[in-house]
Amino acid sequence: MNDFKTALFKTKNAFINSILVLLGVILLISIIITIIPDNLKIETGVIFLDTLIAAIFGSIAAGNPITSYIIGGELLAGGISLLAVTAFIVAWVTVGVIQFPAESYLLGKKFALTRNIVGFISSIIIAFLVIITMGFF
Amino acid sequence: MEKLNKLLEKVGAGKIFFVISLTIFISFAGLNTNIFLRAIQNFVKIIINIWWVLILVFTFMFLINLLLNEKKISHYVGKNSGIKGWTITIFGGLLSHGPIYLWYPLLSDLKEKGMKNELIASFLYNRAVKIPLIPLMIFYFGIPFTLILGFWIIIFSIINGKIVGVICNENSN
Repeated sequence: MNDFKTALFKTKNAFINSILVLLGVILLISIIITIIPDNLKIETGVIFLDTLIAAIFGSIAAGNPITSYIIGGELLAGGISLLAVTAFIVAWVTVGVIQFPAESYLLGKKFALTRNIVGFISSIIIAFLVIITMGFF
Repeated sequence: MEKLNKLLEKVGAGKIFFVISLTIFISFAGLNTNIFLRAIQNFVKIIINIWWVLILVFTFMFLINLLLNEKKISHYVGKNSGIKGWTITIFGGLLSHGPIYLWYPLLSDLKEKGMKNELIASFLYNRAVKIPLIPLMIFYFGIPFTLILGFWIIIFSIINGKIVGVICNENSN
C-alpha cells in the first residue's frame, strides 16, 4: 500500500497532464459528428474498393458506436455490401484518426501509429473473415 | 524541427494540441454558424455523457497508485504476466465503458509502471466489442453477424497486440 498523499499527487498530475488533450479531442469529435451526414454514401460498384473506402471513412469518423450501427444499417439498406459495412463498423471502433494526437501524446507516437495502421488493415481482414464465416451458417 | 521540438517541450504538446483544436473549433463560427452551434451542442452532449467515465478512470488511477506498486502491476500485466495478463486485458477491454480516449491517461500511467505495449493494444482493441450495444447490433445486423464479429474482434485483439508488441519493443516510444 502506497502513501495516500503520494497517490493523490500522482493522480492529480496525470489529470492535469491529460485533461487538455482530452478536451482537444472532444472539440474535434464534436465537429466531426456534426459534419458527417447520417445518409453517408459509399458506393463505387467495386466491392473491394467500397470496403477500402468504408474502412477509411470509419477510421476518420468518430463518436458513439451507435451512430456507426445506424449509418451501417442505412448503407446496407441502400445496397452496400455487408463486407463494406463490416469494415466501416470495425474501423469506426478500432481506428482513431481524430484521437491520434491524444493517443500519440499519452501512449507514444510509435505505439499509436502502429496500433492504428494494424487496426485499419485488421478491419478489412475481419470484414472478409466475418463474411466467410457467415457462409458456414 | 529542432525549434518545434523545443517549443513542444517548453509549452507542452498537450497545450498546443488543445489550442489548435480550439482554434479549428472556433473557426467554424466564421465559416458556418449553423455547424458551429450544432458542434457546441454536440460538445456539451459528449461532456454530459462522459463526465462519470472520466471520474471512474481517474478513480481507478488513484486506486492503482494507492494500492499497487510497480512490482504488483508488472506481476499482473508486465513482462512475465503470461496468460493471466492476457485474460485481465481482454476482459478489462470488453467491460470498459465510454470513449476510447478516456482510457489513454490510465493506460499511460500503467505503461510507465510496466504494462506491456501488446496488452495495452489488446485492451484498446477489445473495446470494439460494446456489450451494452449488443441488442442494437442484433437489431440492425442479426444474431449470427453479431456473434461472429465479436468472436473475430477478440481473436484479432490478441493478433494486433502481438504485432504491436513486436514492432514497439518495450524500450521504444
